[in-house]
Amino acid sequence: MAIRVQADRFDMGAELNRFAAAQQGAGAVVSFTGIVRDLASGDLDAMEIEHYPGMTGKALADIEEKANERWSLAGSLIIHRYGRLVPDDPIMMVATAARHRGDAFAAAEYLMDYLKSRAPFWKKEITAGGAAWVQARDADEDALNRWFEPD
Amino acid sequence: MIDVRYFAWLRERVGTGHEQVETRAATVADLMAELSQRDEGYALAFADPGAIRAALDQELVGMDAPLAGAREVAFFPPMTGG
Repeated sequence: MAIRVQADRFDMGAELNRFAAAQQGAGAVVSFTGIVRDLASGDLDAMEIEHYPGMTGKALADIEEKANERWSLAGSLIIHRYGRLVPDDPIMMVATAARHRGDAFAAAEYLMDYLKSRAPFWKKEITAGGAAWVQARDADEDALNRWFEPD
Repeated sequence: MIDVRYFAWLRERVGTGHEQVETRAATVADLMAELSQRDEGYALAFADPGAIRAALDQELVGMDAPLAGAREVAFFPPMTGG
C-alpha cells in the first residue's frame, strides 16, 4: 500500500511499471489516471487543486484500508497532485494488484469512487474570463453509495 | 480556543484559511451559526449550510457533532478530488 500527495508531475507509465514490478504473485494489475480536461469552450488556462494537508494523508490511508479489507489485494497505489496544473496534465492515479482481475478492477473503481467525494481536494478552473470552483456532482455521490447497497 | 480552517470558496468568502476562535458553541452547527453573524463575508460563506461539509480533528463529521475536546474544526464545500 502506498500513498503520495505531491505538487510535482508524475509519469504514469513509469509509476505503473514500478508498481507492477514490486508485486508478488499478482496476476492482474489495474490502473486509472485522471487527466486535466479542457473545457468544452477550449479556453482552460489552468486547474488549481487545493487540499487539506492535515487530513489528506489520513483520508487516503482510510480509503486504501477499506479497499484492502473488502478485496484480496497484493498491493495498491494512490498518487494525487495539488497546486497549479494545465490541460493534459495527470492529476492523480490509482493502481491495484491482485491474483485475479475481478478484485483488481473492483478495488480500483471503489478507490476512485471514494476519493472523488471523500478525499479533501477541491478543484478550481482558471480561464481568461475568471475562475470557478468545480461543483461536486450528484453522480459521484451516487457512484460511491452503490458500494453500500444491499445486493 | 479552537483552530478553525476554511477551504476553497469558504476560505475566499471568509478571507482567511485559518484562525483561532473563542467559542462556547456546543456543536459544529452552533459554531457555524455563530461565525455567520460576524460580517458579510462570513454570512455569505455560511449562507447555504447544505453545501458545507465539516471535519473535526481531520475526520469528516455531521453538523450535530459536539465540539467538546476537539482541537481543530474545518469547513469546506463537498470535495472534488479524483
